Amino acid sequence: MDSERDLYRPQPDFGTPPSLAERAGAASVTAIIDGREVSVAPGTTVMRAAALSGGSIPKLCATDSVKQFGSCRLCLVEIDGMRGTPASCTTLVAEGMKVHTQTKKLEKLRRGVMELYISDHPLDCLTCSANNDCELQDQAAAVGLRDVRYGYEGANNLAQPMDISNPYFDFDPSKCIVCSRCVRACDEVQGTLALTIEGRGFDSKVSAGLASDSFLSSECVSCGACVQACPTATLQEKAVKEIGKPERATVTTCAYCGVGCTFRAETRGEEVVRMVPWKDGKANRGHSCVKGRFAWGYAQHQERILSPMIRSSIDEPWQEVSWEEAIAHTASELKRISAKYGRNALGGITSSRCTNEETFLVQKLVRAGFGTNNVDTCARVCHSPTGYGLKTTFGTSAGTQDFDSVEDSDVILVIGANPTDGHPVFASRMKRRLRQGAKLIVIDPRRTDLVRSPHVEADYHLPLRPGTNVAVLTALAHVIVTEGLADETFVRERCDWEEYRHWADFVSLERNSPEFLEPVTGVPAADLRGAARLFATGGNGAIYYGLGVTEHSQGSSTVMAIANLAMATGNIGRRGVGVNPLRGQNNVQGACDMGSFPHELSGYRHVSDASARALFEAEWGVPIDPEPGLRIPNMLDAATDGLFKAIYIQGEDILQSDPDTKHVAAGLAAMECVIVQDLFLNETANYAHVFLPGSTFLEKNGTFTNAERRIQPVRKVMEPRNGPNGNGYEDWEITQLMARAMGLDWNYTHPREIMDEIARLTPTFAGVSFARLDAEGSLQWPVNDAAPDGSPIMHIDGFVRGKGKFVVTDYVPTDERTGPRFPLLLTTGRILSQYNVGAQTRRTANVVWHEEDLLEIHPTDAENRGIKSGDWVRLASRSGETTLRATVTDRVAPGVVYTTFHHPATQANVVTTDYSDWATNCPEYKVTAVQITPSNGPTDWQEEYEAQATRSRRIRGHEGAMEPAE
Amino acid sequence: MSAHTAEKLIYMANQIARNVTHDPDPVAMIADHIHAFWSPRMKADVFAVMNGAELEPTARAALERLAAHAS
Ligand code: SF4
Ligand code: SF4
Ligand code: SF4
Ligand code: FES
Repeated sequence: MDSERDLYRPQPDFGTPPSLAERAGAASVTAIIDGREVSVAPGTTVMRAAALSGGSIPKLCATDSVKQFGSCRLCLVEIDGMRGTPASCTTLVAEGMKVHTQTKKLEKLRRGVMELYISDHPLDCLTCSANNDCELQDQAAAVGLRDVRYGYEGANNLAQPMDISNPYFDFDPSKCIVCSRCVRACDEVQGTLALTIEGRGFDSKVSAGLASDSFLSSECVSCGACVQACPTATLQEKAVKEIGKPERATVTTCAYCGVGCTFRAETRGEEVVRMVPWKDGKANRGHSCVKGRFAWGYAQHQERILSPMIRSSIDEPWQEVSWEEAIAHTASELKRISAKYGRNALGGITSSRCTNEETFLVQKLVRAGFGTNNVDTCARVCHSPTGYGLKTTFGTSAGTQDFDSVEDSDVILVIGANPTDGHPVFASRMKRRLRQGAKLIVIDPRRTDLVRSPHVEADYHLPLRPGTNVAVLTALAHVIVTEGLADETFVRERCDWEEYRHWADFVSLERNSPEFLEPVTGVPAADLRGAARLFATGGNGAIYYGLGVTEHSQGSSTVMAIANLAMATGNIGRRGVGVNPLRGQNNVQGACDMGSFPHELSGYRHVSDASARALFEAEWGVPIDPEPGLRIPNMLDAATDGLFKAIYIQGEDILQSDPDTKHVAAGLAAMECVIVQDLFLNETANYAHVFLPGSTFLEKNGTFTNAERRIQPVRKVMEPRNGPNGNGYEDWEITQLMARAMGLDWNYTHPREIMDEIARLTPTFAGVSFARLDAEGSLQWPVNDAAPDGSPIMHIDGFVRGKGKFVVTDYVPTDERTGPRFPLLLTTGRILSQYNVGAQTRRTANVVWHEEDLLEIHPTDAENRGIKSGDWVRLASRSGETTLRATVTDRVAPGVVYTTFHHPATQANVVTTDYSDWATNCPEYKVTAVQITPSNGPTDWQEEYEAQATRSRRIRGHEGAMEPAE
Repeated sequence: MSAHTAEKLIYMANQIARNVTHDPDPVAMIADHIHAFWSPRMKADVFAVMNGAELEPTARAALERLAAHAS
């Protein structure tokens, strides 16, 4: 981007949203506005037409993120042949219309309106935090307001108390002009409906729910949509008050979740003032959630480690060293271990939080530098079954749709996903479609927010027993096939008919009927039949799924069962349909694409594929091992067996995120060189010998790929802080330093060169480059000769693998069973304000919404055990036990308990077992047999763990400094 | 190799077998899967412990096929 575009100015506001026709690029109507001939799509307002053609009609209550309301009367215009002065925000352009936006009459009317507003508005512009960035000010200037006849005395709404309860933004009612943009933003954009206008006329004011409610105690989820919509300083980020108006704006991509929202990082100097969702972002379309919008303060957190550190044993305190020393030490350790134990004693883990370029380099270092395929990624523990399942059935490991597609869905099936918490911005878009009338089926053991929320109610909620996904999906297929609802025309054309017949015969068996399976799944047969009929006959059917599908012993089978269902109902290959994995972390898709799995090179080519290997061997000048390497759990097994000795972990916390914490700890403890590259001393670092401080997404260039296969730029807005005297490095530079120290001749000067290499080596990325990403904002792979502009929707004319493949997925119960000792089923999940293991979000003000992990338990189960909300309980499985507080709720069914795993003190993974998906070894997080008993506080293990962690985090010269400042 | 590792490899082979019973050729399917996804050491280890282990018949046949191929 040139520096010109970087200068701060507000994003353009066209006043009203684009019409459906404009978004579809439909035919145009032509009008004359102030003598300019203007051609716009049908359904466009006069206000938008004027703005699109370079004009700007004064306005206050209209903004292009929400529907027009027509209340402020500032946007009046005169139109030839029309009586009066219509509001331009509610008047549609008609063919041949002649519009005048500035006449003597209009001037007078507008000044009158403006005077009224200003007479009830404090005149402290010079000291107001919105000074020079306020629409009320701008409009006062635009209408030429010079004096206010009403005087400022008398009744007014000034000097009302501020609501400062939200940690990120303030509400100052005395500056409110009651334009209701915030209310509409909360309703239409976010879909939470937290705000209302209370009272009437002069007394009306904005309120967060009940009169007694503050923003924090209300339904508000702190998405920031209202703040963005507010034309005044009434709703404004606290940081703007503290720092001042931004000076530059750089478009970048959120580093939290797989939605991949794009933001404008608005900065002063090297300080971020605020992150504002970018209206042109195709994933988020100008919306955001509390994490991306507000929770970026962790970059400045005092616990962030800024110097490389080494130690010879994990019982010793850390020793801070220079980058040179850290890298030299690391390389010599790796060489020593390789010489002594062989190259297969080494391995690496790539990060689904880092950029594509960084991930690519880590797997390159492992394959080309260490000389082994022992590379894996934390995507293993979340979406590896998606890779396996979709590759088997469709031929490629990716979701089939873009997010926009949901706007054309008629029936939305959500299984094992909690989008309002896990993928909030996409959930808002989904809810918008649901409010327009699309039908909803939710398959989840828990009554998630989507099942019932304002103006959204699931037509069917199938509350299955955890671990019975395949049984439920097969029963759905049973109904569809046996009732003749399958789309056989589609199947004959697009899929292998013989395989379909084989599958159809199988699902038609009596033992797969909803009635037969009801005792297993716990889902009432009648509901299941209703849901199946609705999905098969309700129009465009789209399936969205998450970790509740993949993190099971039959995760891969469930993904294939979903694919079968989509094919059998003809719901593939156009807008509004498809199979959509909702990815957890920001770059899970990218990490998988970049060849992070031990059996696959980038672009999902198996290491045994000689032609793919030859390509890499020619580019890298080293042989590639044709045999698959070790996966994370197998690396840990090999470590306890004394065969695996060194690991390079970039940006992941396997000790906290992987199942069976004790086994992971034992594996790590058995290694001679554990290298952790991260922002904080994470839990894994307790077992590390080398700590390389990483850089945040604000400090680097690169790309992330979101859940819709959309590759989007990450742009540096400040220098990396990780190094002595601010001499920091982006994460890819650190990997390059290590590679060079190990004798590899790497000379990348910018991530764009890494992307060029990826494009050369990966057919689906052939057309990707930083230059194109800068020009187009984002690209959805495959981008190649067959799809030069990328691929928003896949499998349009045929499946990537040719014919779609039906795979029989028989329900095989997990070996994790309840019994007298462990009678309850534990399932895990996440919540909105926190992110994954919480290392970042826990270090921001987001903790006000989630101070600790809580255990949800049904009232009956709680009563049987004498447990009340707020009590400490002991949660035990055959793997281990932990304690946390309970909350009693009927969101979970009897027999099921639920918790999140955002806080290390909870150690929920001490309890999870080492069962895993049969095809990919993705751990079975979602089902653990447990017992709950009342308890007085932390277990011995928690206390021991805490003590070990504290000991292990000591840094020489900083003793005591790690204690939180009081 | 530890007993834990041996046990786990046998468990994994059986688990694959139990999930592909409806494949037209389960033995080939299991063999392909292990060939494609297991590291050489994991394969060598499972070959070393398969005799005497409790294995599904299809899993045993697949491992025997792979072992014969490997030697
Ligand atoms: S922050 Fe979001 S949820 Fe909260 S009131 Fe504003 S728009 Fe509604
Ligand atoms: S808070 Fe802002 S957006 Fe909401 S009504 Fe008041 S001025 Fe308008
Ligand atoms: S966390 Fe996800 S939904 Fe929230 S802003 Fe970031 S990418 Fe968007
Ligand atoms: S902007 Fe049109 S009435 Fe307010």
